[in-house]
Amino acid sequence: MALTRSALRLFSGRFTQACQVRGYADAPSMSLTFAAPSQVLYNNISVKQIDVPSFSGSFGILPAHVPTLAVLKPGVVTVFENDGSTKKFFVSSGTVTINEDSTVQLLAEEAVPVDTLDISAAKELLAQSQSQLASASSEVAKAEAEISIEVSEALVKACE
Amino acid sequence: SQQVRGMATLKMISIRLKSVKNIQKITQSMKMVSAAKYTKAERELKLARPYGIGAQEFYKKAEVKDEEGEKGQLIIAVSSDRGLCGAVHSSIGRIVKTDIAANPNTKVVTVGDKVRNILQRLYAKNIAMVVTEVGRKPAVFGDAALVAQSIINSGIEFSKGKILFNAFRTVVSFRTTEMPLYSQNAVANASKLPVYDSLDSDVIQSYTEFSLASLLFYSMKENATSEQSSRMTAMDNASKNAGEMIDKLTMTFNRTRQAVITRELIEIISGAAALETKN
Repeated sequence: MALTRSALRLFSGRFTQACQVRGYADAPSMSLTFAAPSQVLYNNISVKQIDVPSFSGSFGILPAHVPTLAVLKPGVVTVFENDGSTKKFFVSSGTVTINEDSTVQLLAEEAVPVDTLDISAAKELLAQSQSQLASASSEVAKAEAEISIEVSEALVKACE
Repeated sequence: SQQVRGMATLKMISIRLKSVKNIQKITQSMKMVSAAKYTKAERELKLARPYGIGAQEFYKKAEVKDEEGEKGQLIIAVSSDRGLCGAVHSSIGRIVKTDIAANPNTKVVTVGDKVRNILQRLYAKNIAMVVTEVGRKPAVFGDAALVAQSIINSGIEFSKGKILFNAFRTVVSFRTTEMPLYSQNAVANASKLPVYDSLDSDVIQSYTEFSLASLLFYSMKENATSEQSSRMTAMDNASKNAGEMIDKLTMTFNRTRQAVITRELIEIISGAAALETKN
C-alpha cells in the first residue's frame, strides 16, 4: 500500500489527497433540501449541520449521519451553513429524511425565519388556543386545540 | 322570389356573423384570464417543485417496491372540474381506462369532475371517491391534506398505487405522468429499510400519510399549470378559427349584398328598357 501511495505521489500531486486516510471530519458534506409547499429554503445545498426538533427527540444531523426518518415537532430548525453562518427557521410540522448517500430532505408544512416571528402575536395565539381547549366539546376539537397549544408554545419559545 | 331569397340569406349571414364575433370576444377574454392564471400557477409551481421532488426521494433511495398482494390497485387521477382546456382531462381518462381494462381490481379516486364524467359510462363501479370544487382557485397544501385525510379515513387498501397527473413542461406542452404510491406494508418491506435507523410503525404511518398529502399537493400544482397553459392555447386557437370564420362570412356577406343590389338594378333597368321599347 505504501509503495503504491508513494508511486502515485510521484506521478501527480493531485492523487495525494485521495490517498489520505479519511476520518469523519473529512466526510463529504451533506446536501440539504429544505422546502415547504410554497417556498424553497434550501435546494440541494451543501451544509455542515442541521438541528431538527422531532417527536423522537431533537437531534443534530451531521454528514454521514445514520439514515433515518423522523416526524417534525413544532419548533426551531437550525441550519449551520458551510461558510459558518447559522440560520434559524420555525417549522410547524413535517418530515425529515436522511438517506444513505447523506442527502437530507426536510419537508415542512410551514417554515418561517425565526426573526419574522412576533412574540406578542404568538402569546395571543397561545391564550386563544388555551381558551379553545377549555371550551372544546368533542375529541376532535380537543385534539385540534391541543395541537394549537403545542404550536403556539413552541412559537413563544422560539421568539425568546 | 330570387330577390327575397337574397335578403333572407343576407339576414342569416349577418346573424351568424354577429354570433361568431361574440364567440371570438369570449374566447379572447378566456385566453387572457388563463394567461394570468397560468403565470401565477407557474410561479407557485416553481416554488413547489423542490418540495414535491424532495417528497419522492425517500421512496427512490430506500428502493421501495409495490407490495406483493391481491388488494388491487389505487389510482388517484388528478384533473379538475372545468373544461375547454384541450387534451388535459382526456389524456388522463384514457390512461385510467386502459389501466382498469388491464387490471379490473382497481379503485379510482378522481380529483375533479371531468375524469369522473369520462369514466362514468363504463367504469362507474371503480370510482371510489370524487373530489369536487377543484380548479377554481389555486391549490394550497390544506386542500391536498384534506384529500389525503379522506383517502386515509375511507380505509381504501391497495397493493399498488399511483398518482396520475399532467406534468408541466412548457407553455405549449405537458406530459401525462405517474408518481408511484406505496402502502405502509410496501414501505415496511422495502429492501433498504433496515438501513434506516430507529423506525417504528408509528413513524412509518405518519411519514406515509404526510407523504401522500405532499405528493398530492405537488401533482395538483403541476396539473393546474398544465391545465391553464393548455386552456390558453386552446382558446387562442379558437379565437384564430373564429377569426377565419369571420373573414369568410364577411366575404360571403359582401358578395351576397352586392348580388342583391345588382339584381335590383337589373330588374329596374330591364323594366325601364321594356317600357322604352313599348314606347
